[in-house]
Amino acid sequence: MTSYEDLPCAEAVTMVTEYLDGTLATEERAVLERHLVICEFCATYVDQLRETIRLAGTLREEDVPVPLMDVVLEAFREARGT
Amino acid sequence: MGRRAGLNDRAGCARSTSLPSRFRHRGPIGPRDPDREVGQNDDVDDQQLVAALRAGDESAFRDVVTGYQASMLRLASFHTSTRAVAEEVVQETWLAVIKGLDNFEGRSSFKTWVFAILANRARSRGTRERRSVPFSSLEADEVTPGVPGARFRPPSDRWPGHWSDPPTPWSDVPADRLEGEETRALIFDALRSLPPQQREVMALRDVEGWSAEEVCSLLQISDGNQRVLLHRARGKVRSVLEQSLKGAEVS
Repeated sequence: MTSYEDLPCAEAVTMVTEYLDGTLATEERAVLERHLVICEFCATYVDQLRETIRLAGTLREEDVPVPLMDVVLEAFREARGT
Repeated sequence: MGRRAGLNDRAGCARSTSLPSRFRHRGPIGPRDPDREVGQNDDVDDQQLVAALRAGDESAFRDVVTGYQASMLRLASFHTSTRAVAEEVVQETWLAVIKGLDNFEGRSSFKTWVFAILANRARSRGTRERRSVPFSSLEADEVTPGVPGARFRPPSDRWPGHWSDPPTPWSDVPADRLEGEETRALIFDALRSLPPQQREVMALRDVEGWSAEEVCSLLQISDGNQRVLLHRARGKVRSVLEQSLKGAEVS
């Protein structure tokens, strides 16, 4: 049996989130990893998801300060101030 | 490339955004102590923090507002149509936190509590503002979100279920295109177009770097549900990127 028959690509792509989260069962993980070694297309698909996650993380870099401190601090003083 | 560090590391996530620094470094157990139980010190920190806030400690309040505000604003802006509305939601959240401090029972972490208030408010503001949701959940012909069945070989084929229209590696896309402002705007818009729960899960996990556990606690969903939502969200965002980057490779 080849690994393509063990695991068709159409099924492999459904396992990627669990694979990346490390929540796949050991056996499933081994089957998927064998598939990824010989299937460059699925390997590319996994890479693209990793990139998607990494690029989503770059949205974090946009740190614009919010001018709300004065308002909420005033409310805090009123409610909690001594 | 490669997996983003901290994706699966609860301690790492909690450390980066959970508490203002002056509370993080207190207590008998140092923050880098490898034998330390995850969560243990956070609980102590949380109690100290809430006690300080209840006592009217202004600098504790300042720290916590400063520490959370960028995350809060980003999360709110995934739901609302303008940044101004997102800012309002963040402000309303803090006012609700100030009011509710005495009722906080510590059943969730302080951070989860604050962000749950934010999520509820942002969600309801977002629903009021926008009706249509371009992405439905799973399209009928999709094998996995963002990948139609037609991209695979049919059952009659010699290699059934194998790719017929495979993805093209992004490694040949120039870095300034892949990481440019256009791509970021695209991801932001794609996230905003997702159904609210998918949007929240992906924003928290992949943008803010929260752990699966923290997201489940905030959204009150099971781990399995969280994973399904994340899988759908990531799959759709990937397909938006794939369409946009098609042809951007240099050889």
